[in-house]
Amino acid sequence: MAKQRKAVVLISGGLDSLLAAKVILEQGVHVEGINFYTGFCVEGHTHAIRKKHKAKPKRNNAIWSAEQLGIKLHIIDIIEEYKDVLINPKHGYGANMNPCLDCKVFMVGKAKEWADKNGFDFIITGEVIGQRPMSQRRETMPIISQESGAHDRLLRPLCAQNLPETLPEREGWVNRDELHGFSGRTRKPQMALAKKFGFEDYAQPAGGCCFLTDKAYSVKLTDLWASRGKRDYEIDDIMLLKVGRHFRPKPNFKIIVAREEGENNFLQGYKKQFVTIRTVSHKGPLTLLDGTANGDDLELAAKIVARFSQGRDADVVDVEVADKNGVAKSIKVKPFTADEIQQAWRV
Amino acid sequence: MIELDARRLMCPMPVIKTQNIIETMLSGDNVRVICTDPGVMQDIPAWCRINGHTVLKAEEIDCEFILTIEVGDG
Repeated sequence: MAKQRKAVVLISGGLDSLLAAKVILEQGVHVEGINFYTGFCVEGHTHAIRKKHKAKPKRNNAIWSAEQLGIKLHIIDIIEEYKDVLINPKHGYGANMNPCLDCKVFMVGKAKEWADKNGFDFIITGEVIGQRPMSQRRETMPIISQESGAHDRLLRPLCAQNLPETLPEREGWVNRDELHGFSGRTRKPQMALAKKFGFEDYAQPAGGCCFLTDKAYSVKLTDLWASRGKRDYEIDDIMLLKVGRHFRPKPNFKIIVAREEGENNFLQGYKKQFVTIRTVSHKGPLTLLDGTANGDDLELAAKIVARFSQGRDADVVDVEVADKNGVAKSIKVKPFTADEIQQAWRV
Repeated sequence: MIELDARRLMCPMPVIKTQNIIETMLSGDNVRVICTDPGVMQDIPAWCRINGHTVLKAEEIDCEFILTIEVGDG
């Protein structure tokens, strides 16, 4: 009896990787999933932070995909290693701060490392030629195979018939005739295949599953690096870019103003790391101050914060400013009008 | 019983921490995971189902989400 071959599939939580895995499972290969966590995942955090999403059922689509497939899923924290991918992308960025090609090379490389360590024979991805403008083009497919070190152990079941034969095909571990020749941005072939396999409730993320493809997020990240004079970040930095309204009224400081109760609660967890500002005479948002601020700066910040409180039309709002040790002082300010908050301050 | 503090971590970090600690444990061992992200009430049981572990108890106490897991053979 032939040895059952093993493949590891990069599971993103989207439809393509779900289908790619299913196509190979159908050929009798043992498949397990791997999912990488960079810290820039869109879905989970915004659901966790923002109260307005609480009624909406939340799920991790990578875990959901694995459950639909009946395979194991290994979730790998690559936050630290990913910094170099984002900060120094060899192939540059896409439309925003998304280093998609370097990201794919890195993830396939990590999957290959995992496969070698765990005795797996080849690697599967849900890539489709022409599906994405930066990382999924005919020219980029060999770059990913080569630079990741996976070479011909990387199989793309959804577009394999448009690509040279890979090791699993040559060795007969999978039948090339039962793979697919999808290409382009159309989703119709994938939707038809999903229907054939009986997948109905699959994720259809709008604009991808990574915050780095988001323009507003990318602007905040660029601002963070510019203000610090270096391109670096910690996990808390990238989390906070997902939360609240961001204003930089002066180069030396930025404030993050919570938009709702869920964000207020989330920002509470940072009170020992940042100066905090809150209105006390009127209900209002918790605000973090990132940077260094003198007395005039704090007054400026307080006027902005007061604008977003229920005292926005009051003559005076009492504001409390607390340092990282919780030592607080009170100031009285007249809230800015909408026009006084300069557009250029908004990050 | 081993206790894992996953407070203030947002999904999927509590799942990753749970996965990593379970890798060091033996079949039949129990771990109690304490979290603050409500998403764990869906994600950790789902992850346990696909990886052969059993959630013995999942409860919410004072805004914390606590799951007791028995490590399976996987």
